[in-house]
Amino acid sequence: MRRRTFSTALIATATLGSVPLASCSSDDSGSGGGGDTLKYWASNQGTSLDNDVEILTPELEKFTQQTGITVELEVIPWDSLLQRILSATASGDAPDVLNIGNTWSASLQATGAFLPFEDEQYQAIGGKDKFLESSLGSTGAEGQPPTSVPLYGLAYGLFYSKAMFAEAGITEPPATWADLVADAKQLTDAAADRWGMTVAGASYTENSHFAFMFGKQNGAEFFDDEGQPTFTEAGNVAGIQQYLALMSTDRVVSPSAAEHPTTNDMIADFTSRKAAMFMGQNNSEATILSNGMTVDDYGVAPIPILDPLPAGGQRVNSHVAGINISVFADSENTEGALKLVQFLTSPEEQVVLNQKFGSLPVVAEAASDAAFQTENLKTFNAVLSDTAAPLPMIPNESQFETTVGQAMQDLFGRIATGQPAGTAEITRALEGAQQQMAGGA
Amino acid sequence: MATSTSARTGRARAPRPVRRAPRSTLAPRWLPYVLLAPALLFELLVHIVPMLTGIYISTLELTQFYVRRWLQAPSAGLGNFDIALDVDGAIGASLLRSFGITFAFTIATLALSWSLGMFAAVLLQRPFPGRNVLRTLFLVPYALPVYAGVIVWKFMLGRDNGMVNSLLGGLGITDGDTFWLLGDNAFVSTVVVAVWRLWPFAFLTLMAGLQSIPNEVYEAAAVDGAGMWQQFRSFTLPMLRPVNQVLLLVLFLWSFNDFNVPYILFGQSVPASADLISIHVYQASFITWNFGVGSAMSVLLLLVLLVITAVYLPLSSRRLRDA
Amino acid sequence: MREPVSFRVLRVVGLTLLTLFVLAPIYVMVSSSLKPLGDVQGTFTWIPTTITVQPFVDIWSTVPLARYFANSLVISLLATVCSVLLAISAAYAISRYRFHGRSAFRITVLSTQMFPGILFLLPLYLIFVNLGQLTGFALQGSRVALVITYLTFSLPFAIWMLVGYFDSIPRELDEAAHVDGAGPVGALVRVVLPSAAPGIAAVSIYSFMTAWGETLFASVMTNRDSRTLAIGLREYSTQTNVYWNEVMAASLVVSVPVVVGFLLLQRYLVQGLTAGAVK
Repeated sequence: MRRRTFSTALIATATLGSVPLASCSSDDSGSGGGGDTLKYWASNQGTSLDNDVEILTPELEKFTQQTGITVELEVIPWDSLLQRILSATASGDAPDVLNIGNTWSASLQATGAFLPFEDEQYQAIGGKDKFLESSLGSTGAEGQPPTSVPLYGLAYGLFYSKAMFAEAGITEPPATWADLVADAKQLTDAAADRWGMTVAGASYTENSHFAFMFGKQNGAEFFDDEGQPTFTEAGNVAGIQQYLALMSTDRVVSPSAAEHPTTNDMIADFTSRKAAMFMGQNNSEATILSNGMTVDDYGVAPIPILDPLPAGGQRVNSHVAGINISVFADSENTEGALKLVQFLTSPEEQVVLNQKFGSLPVVAEAASDAAFQTENLKTFNAVLSDTAAPLPMIPNESQFETTVGQAMQDLFGRIATGQPAGTAEITRALEGAQQQMAGGA
Repeated sequence: MATSTSARTGRARAPRPVRRAPRSTLAPRWLPYVLLAPALLFELLVHIVPMLTGIYISTLELTQFYVRRWLQAPSAGLGNFDIALDVDGAIGASLLRSFGITFAFTIATLALSWSLGMFAAVLLQRPFPGRNVLRTLFLVPYALPVYAGVIVWKFMLGRDNGMVNSLLGGLGITDGDTFWLLGDNAFVSTVVVAVWRLWPFAFLTLMAGLQSIPNEVYEAAAVDGAGMWQQFRSFTLPMLRPVNQVLLLVLFLWSFNDFNVPYILFGQSVPASADLISIHVYQASFITWNFGVGSAMSVLLLLVLLVITAVYLPLSSRRLRDA
Repeated sequence: MREPVSFRVLRVVGLTLLTLFVLAPIYVMVSSSLKPLGDVQGTFTWIPTTITVQPFVDIWSTVPLARYFANSLVISLLATVCSVLLAISAAYAISRYRFHGRSAFRITVLSTQMFPGILFLLPLYLIFVNLGQLTGFALQGSRVALVITYLTFSLPFAIWMLVGYFDSIPRELDEAAHVDGAGPVGALVRVVLPSAAPGIAAVSIYSFMTAWGETLFASVMTNRDSRTLAIGLREYSTQTNVYWNEVMAASLVVSVPVVVGFLLLQRYLVQGLTAGAVK
């Protein structure tokens, strides 16, 4: 008897359940504000969410003056941005315009929720030509119209402490990977807790970026032409080994770096003179300065590349990093949304915003502005245009970052706690990561 | 205050209420349903319907390709469950591992929280100077907002600048550079933090339970010449049985479903040894964008919990059957 | 009865250790909140070398803490009030009447207590969005949506505890009220509720605490305007820095009112738990 009433209740609820289900399918409009209001989700680029609001608000007011369109701004922290985007995608309750990490471009493109940029849309935002060639590499899968355009440019470089280099008698930043390791060894004094390098070993995004660039240098790819994962290729194992060796065999990175979950922890090592070098993106400068160093205290060089390169190796020492901007396909005000994209990617705004956020302009006219001609920024610009390659622009890219990045995080943990993490362990970790990809696809 | 106390003691002495009293003549047939309706409505809206939807999603191939029009996602049948249950594959193996870790975590947290709570409740049972201060103090970890309570532990457990290493190194117990948030230690840390947050609840409940044991019981025991330990074993524990039945279940469910502690402690970089099931499923869904497999994992989790509860409750209590 | 010496020794040692365990993190929180950022990021020191109250000033501008605090307070209080009212109504029906579906209801409600949040997070989100579109009221992202969600989180436990409590109140009292001409609702309000006050207080505290600390749903279902403290506190760790001293200062500031309130009300929780559990 009891069981029957229970199952009746279940059936009743199931029937009720179909009502909201049915209404989901019929209707996925209703995004953002219509008419002359736009909803814009910005990512956290400044020192705090409020700092972002402070920087963006006066600019968006200019936009309102020019076009009569008001912008409802919300700055979203990185740790919830992807969930918010996916939830918005599933429900259709989305902003009109939003920022995305550019490595997500192809993954998000696959959802079909974003407006493709064809000639017409490019025309509306001032033409494809205004963008720097290199920055367009990370806007979507090859052979399809991209669903995002670049907004803020980032690239990796090697930051080094001039004072610590001088004390160790090193006059030049390292030119090759072997030089880097040799310099780092010279700078390391483990007993005094001074190290040549530091890393963010518990950050899966950082880890996966280095896996990518060192894999390239070792002549390997993480995906073949069909988009199938090829994680266990010898070159990938060698590339990851090259990075992990900084802690395991070269011993130039403090084991405590294995528990650094963010680049901030790594930069704190650097600014407190516990480490003489780190590999970071150009917006690290803001943190370095806010930690009390001055521009004269540090230098930036391209990350040294293996020399000679292994067979098939490529001269890659950064991915095309940065933030892109997209328009939701369901926006009721596509025209206005495109106007906002045009505004934010206009040379004037590019100069203002990138300067304040410590990033690189993505349009040629702004890049040549005097504000970006400092020695450090020129270095980053050169990396971005000459030796940066886009991360694989495939729908599975974000899974690549999580699975490989987390596998490396575990390996760092093993190294730090004195367990072996050689080629065999790396291969096994990559096999596991690849299987998870296969299951996910 | 006075009224509530007398209500309680009055209740304790009152005869057991008649359970199967006839329906009151004053009450119309529909009244109980009206009284239940609001609660039922919200339960349907927030729990039941979404859960059924979740079960439905677990049969879909819901990846990012279909997230936007998820009702049109192709059916995966039981394919997602195959993936989740295939212990030879990477996904199934790690899920199984995560279940194992969660069980170990739950049992450790439960045992420690209960023991500490019992210990403190017994020690604080009789009056002595400072008793009220300590009683209040011990409840603070439970009253702190979760984030505040856990983030301070994250800060303390750091290897280089953490208070824990500073303390243990200073006392010469360790060499002061232990990794508490990496490798197998991460499991220990997670348990300690969870216990720190949970044990006050056990303490509070057990203290309440001890207070409801009439003093005569102890007096009688003392006359019999029972020592304190014997008293505890022969009288206190059996008298606390009903409290413990409830408390253990609640602690079990909270620990098993714990999301906050590992999430705040490790963010998205959870070490393998602390890969609790709720975090594991969360990562499977949101980070790898595979909501179908993620939902299948949640359904399995739900089944495990239902089975455990269904076995536990009738075994330990007649309450539910009385209902 | 006299306590043996061994018991007293055990009590002193045991309670000292427990006190240290409980207090250490709180001490770290307080001392770190008074240090400049540079010191907090450096090697841990028990006594701050430099004491500053600047973090307590900065917390309000780094993150809109006041707004998050107000949101949390409003949402948690509303969820508590609604949850308790619904629970009283449902528990009264279960305790006082026998009707079809009674046990099915109890079992169903109780079992929702063990639903993993992650299973129904996304579906619930979709339902709120669709309800919002049907009614024209932007439900998703609003405080109302969180109130609705949170009130159901504590409902199963609340109903279950109040049923135990109501069961323990003699029916003769109800019947006396009926004789005086009160209907079922009159009996509930006049007789049952006053006797059940400690239980209701306990359930309220529990509901409030549940809503106050929730992070998973809040991280997806809130926006700039409705964000709660539980997730707002995370914003002190940003893209460029972790403001540890401000994290600690903000944690302290938001904890004090809740902890004080909790400690003032805890005796009701004790009584409520006693009566609800010891049957």
